[in-house]
Amino acid sequence: MQPLESWGRYPPARQAAVSVRWRSDPLPRVHGTLLPFGQGRSYGDCCLNEGGTLLATSRLDRFIEFDPEQGVLRCEAGVRLGDILAFAVPRGFFLPVVPGTRFVSVGGAIANDIHGKNHFRAGTFGCHVRRLELLRSSGERAVCSPAANAELFAATVAGLGLTGLVTWAELQLRPVQGPFVESETVPFHGLSEFFALDADSSQRFEYTVAWIDPRPRGLRGLYFRGDHSTRAGKTKPPRPAAAFPLDLPAFAVSGPTVAAFDALYYARGRLRAGRRLLRHAPFFFPLDGLGRWNRVYGKRGLLQFQCVVPDQDAVQALLDRTASSGLRSSLAVLKTFGDVPSPGMLSFPREGATLSLDFPNLGPQVFALLDALEAIVHDAGGAVYPAKDARMSAATFAAAYPRLAEFERYVDPGFSSSLWRRVRGA
Amino acid sequence: MTRVLVLGATSAIAQQLARAYAERGAALFLVARNEQRLSAVADDLRVRGAQVQTAVADLDDPAAHEELIVGAAPLEIVFLAYGVLGDARETERSAEAAEAVLRSNLLRPISLLTRAATLLEAQRGGCIVALASVAGDRGRASNAVYGASKAGLAAFLSGLRNRLARSGVRVITVKPGLVDTPMTGHLSKNRLYTSPERVARDVIRAVDGRSDVVYTPWWWRWVMLVLRLIPEPVFKRLSL
Repeated sequence: MQPLESWGRYPPARQAAVSVRWRSDPLPRVHGTLLPFGQGRSYGDCCLNEGGTLLATSRLDRFIEFDPEQGVLRCEAGVRLGDILAFAVPRGFFLPVVPGTRFVSVGGAIANDIHGKNHFRAGTFGCHVRRLELLRSSGERAVCSPAANAELFAATVAGLGLTGLVTWAELQLRPVQGPFVESETVPFHGLSEFFALDADSSQRFEYTVAWIDPRPRGLRGLYFRGDHSTRAGKTKPPRPAAAFPLDLPAFAVSGPTVAAFDALYYARGRLRAGRRLLRHAPFFFPLDGLGRWNRVYGKRGLLQFQCVVPDQDAVQALLDRTASSGLRSSLAVLKTFGDVPSPGMLSFPREGATLSLDFPNLGPQVFALLDALEAIVHDAGGAVYPAKDARMSAATFAAAYPRLAEFERYVDPGFSSSLWRRVRGA
Repeated sequence: MTRVLVLGATSAIAQQLARAYAERGAALFLVARNEQRLSAVADDLRVRGAQVQTAVADLDDPAAHEELIVGAAPLEIVFLAYGVLGDARETERSAEAAEAVLRSNLLRPISLLTRAATLLEAQRGGCIVALASVAGDRGRASNAVYGASKAGLAAFLSGLRNRLARSGVRVITVKPGLVDTPMTGHLSKNRLYTSPERVARDVIRAVDGRSDVVYTPWWWRWVMLVLRLIPEPVFKRLSL
């Protein structure tokens, strides 16, 4: 069993862990606070609880009910999205929102109100949660939905696990005709070209995302867009990925290796430009092809910075600031969010452009850059994504999440997290 | 349609095994003590494609055994995943505690499997699969009673296999090493631990194949061979 850490492996935290194996069980009695922990795929400290106890939900992995007519699935909160897809795709259904990895739990997807490459059409994951059961430290169980216990529902979606333990959830799936995606790769140069491509593509395609290479000589990137294919076909379960076998030293992901990788990746993208029929896994979850890829960043881990800002100027400012720091993001992804309202009080997605940057944890110089990026986001009226965050200040958090005071009323007094104590200045 | 009886259906290993059979569209008969847990397991397996019947029973009580086995007939596979680890320290001090472990891990399994054997022998086919343990391969200070119970079970299974071979009934002895399950939930885990999924995979391979005795993961066979070869005068001085 791995010691529990977040995907970024930063910050390190010491805490107890209890495995929750049955949804009918009461919460364990512990000293200190509880925090649900699904698959440990959030990057910073929103899934950590220094000095407290984590409720590990990986064994809450049972399906409960499936309606093949309506495409409604009820399952326990520890079920991974990949397990749902393996079940649903052969039956003609797909999750309406999937993130960049299929190894997240339903509970984690709700707690972070995750988004996909189709936010402008489908909104967030929480938009498709019909009901959920919340187990509070008082022992009370509440079934919450947009209609019943609506406030507690809105607090729990994007509630960072702080409102109690989600034991099960009922999800609305969407029909698909087969396991394939019609994808298209379009190389581009410069941010303006990205925004033009994006404005056009979001009219015509369901899924869009761009990988960017913010090199000093001028930004270039690969724009990926796609739709579910109508072509039928047998579902092949994705091969279990080989796990990256060791922790590389921190300098492995530094300027020259990243530049070389980016150049290769761009060249490969150009060669494969145009339309292709892909299985859904390589289109939606390219990084899942390498298990435990966070070990590439070594024991000190990585910091991901993901924010949403209103416009192109703010994205440009973030990229300029990164370039002037001399640090190079090892993976940069750019998407746009639409205006579909998010259901959670603390939901991150809102209309604008969302940029994510990965940095190996090189210590103070990275922290200084992250502080500067955070300030740009703050000034632009944007938001930093808690699921990816290990650093944001209480002020930045409060400014970006105006329903914070309302949310606090629904926090379970027996639950807390490292992130929560940080951003509340407690 | 494969018909499978799972004794101790809420055990972590049994759940994983049952899922694999559910995906093959099997008919499953699940027996466990806790009704809520059993229904959680049953619902999951139904969604995954199995036909499921359940019976709530405490297998420590032998009065129910006959009815359970006969009620599930005809059967292709009988999977016994019922057992306890016991508190090793307590079994050192208390003969009652030691007896309780022997009862759950040896006497009751023999009672259940004797009935299952009669059934499968009359059918002239089928497969009995039972969870023993690497701990039964050599007694150690840290779990002498548990080891004895599993050694006894392994000996019984070996005898049963010998007896039923003529009737075309297979008996598979599964010897898991350390598995990350509620049984070991209180112990700190290290790299020797394996997942219940892995154990279930190895069990299914054995049922589909020809193995009689399965170590899971496979390397425990060689670890235990080495342990068994250590001469007693040396072994008794080791802290294991």
